[in-house]
Amino acid sequence: MICLGIEGTAHTIGIGVVRDSPFGILSNVSSMYRPDSGGIHPRDAANHHASVFVNVLNESIENAGIKFEDIDLIGFSIGPGLGPCLRTAATAARSLSLYLKKPLVGVNHCIAHLEIGRVVTDAHDPVLLYVSGGNTQVIAFLNGRYRVFGETLDIGIGNCLDKFGRGMGIPFPAGPEIEKMAEKGSRYVPLPYSVKGMDVSFSGILTAAEVLSKKERTEDVCFSMQETCFSMLTEVAERAMAHTGKDEILLGGGVAANKRLQDMVREMAEEREASFYCPPRNLLVDNGAMIAWTALLMSKSGVKMSVDETSVRQNFRTDEVEITWRN
Amino acid sequence: MAKLIRRGAEAEIYLSEWMGRKVIVKKRVKKRYRIKEIDEELRKHRTKKEGMLMTSARKAGVAVPIIYDVDLAGMKITMQYVEGNSLKECLDEMDAGEQKNVCGKIGESIAALHRNGIIHGDITTSNLILCGENVHFIDFGLGEISREEEKQGVDLHLLMEAFKAAHDNRELFGWVMESYRKNYEMAGIIEKKLDEICGRGRYVVRG
Repeated sequence: MICLGIEGTAHTIGIGVVRDSPFGILSNVSSMYRPDSGGIHPRDAANHHASVFVNVLNESIENAGIKFEDIDLIGFSIGPGLGPCLRTAATAARSLSLYLKKPLVGVNHCIAHLEIGRVVTDAHDPVLLYVSGGNTQVIAFLNGRYRVFGETLDIGIGNCLDKFGRGMGIPFPAGPEIEKMAEKGSRYVPLPYSVKGMDVSFSGILTAAEVLSKKERTEDVCFSMQETCFSMLTEVAERAMAHTGKDEILLGGGVAANKRLQDMVREMAEEREASFYCPPRNLLVDNGAMIAWTALLMSKSGVKMSVDETSVRQNFRTDEVEITWRN
Repeated sequence: MAKLIRRGAEAEIYLSEWMGRKVIVKKRVKKRYRIKEIDEELRKHRTKKEGMLMTSARKAGVAVPIIYDVDLAGMKITMQYVEGNSLKECLDEMDAGEQKNVCGKIGESIAALHRNGIIHGDITTSNLILCGENVHFIDFGLGEISREEEKQGVDLHLLMEAFKAAHDNRELFGWVMESYRKNYEMAGIIEKKLDEICGRGRYVVRG
């Protein structure tokens, strides 16, 4: 089977083509919305997605070396995410499905991050540390569902870094630039460390870092911010591993492209003799291939959706999805 | 001779001897992944706080192991060894009458903690030890001193979820709350808070 997957929950519209057996990502094309200033404006992001959609689609089909008739299934990100972006991707997906007369499956975005990681690495039953702009969750499989063992109580880690960056004049997304600055920092300036059980909170750190950046070297603040936030994330990931008794840790989400975070989580895994897995960067960030692959898993395990059932779900919870493709 | 009996996410638990007594030593171990400045401050702060919370809980009349020593240089707490099984292991084997009795004690103890401004922070059945007639509360590592209704609500919510996830009898939490109500004058307000927490999307667990 060949599935075309459409991702459009936030800043990125991505279209990927995936074949199930043998597994292969035939293409994975994305276009990211970059605001002139400030953060993501949902309506502008949606306009961006609509305006580039046809080009991204054609490029993806061309790269995959297939024709539209070869597609057996269409998957799209049904949620969670920004309403206007979700609706744009969903409308495109429905139109394609009706036009090509192929079934349509709406995929939970967070679960897609986990499933693509599982298929491209050797991870079987991992704890996923999913870190992106809007989402920060620790997810693991238990009793038929992907359950959220820990998550942010306020803003996502990426959002925290982006907002800090904005104050410093760094354009969106600010993570990569903060990572570079942090490498030049060395002096730790104390920031609040906020772990509550397996949950984390970043808004206090953001405020404190903004205050500190007025009197400390920017590089040192970036360094301290990374060290604090990533220590918290690594700690809750470890707690979830101890709690669930799982010995694999998988990274997902755009922030997981950060080398320092990867190093910390790898070190944690080594210390507890667990395995560390991290997909390549193009599959860490939002992409269409992860949606396509998860749609294939769902469809093959019997999930069917009528067009009426494909309304987008901005607050779609990870643990609401019945996982029909795992025992 | 100290013997390692459990390795948690942040601490190692040893069975040892101290002044002729059988004791538990909880040692917060160094984490290589975080820088020394964060690692040492965290371990020291948590060790200190846990010792203090356990002492306060005991003063409030809650069954907790006696603290013998808090060693901030070694990041170690030496405490009484409480002989018994965790409720996680033994709760399902009891008959309903015994379960009701145990749940009543848990409710009474949580009421005493909250009345005295103590939040446990991690009330799960693994952290409750049945020793004879008493239910001992352990692992205050995530606790804090607070009288916030929200935090007291979250404390109860954790136990509710733990019962749901790991134990068959659906009445357990009701029995805890029955006794919590009897022993805490603010229980009505906290219960409303609990309902609110249950209704938040973040905490919704279905199935």
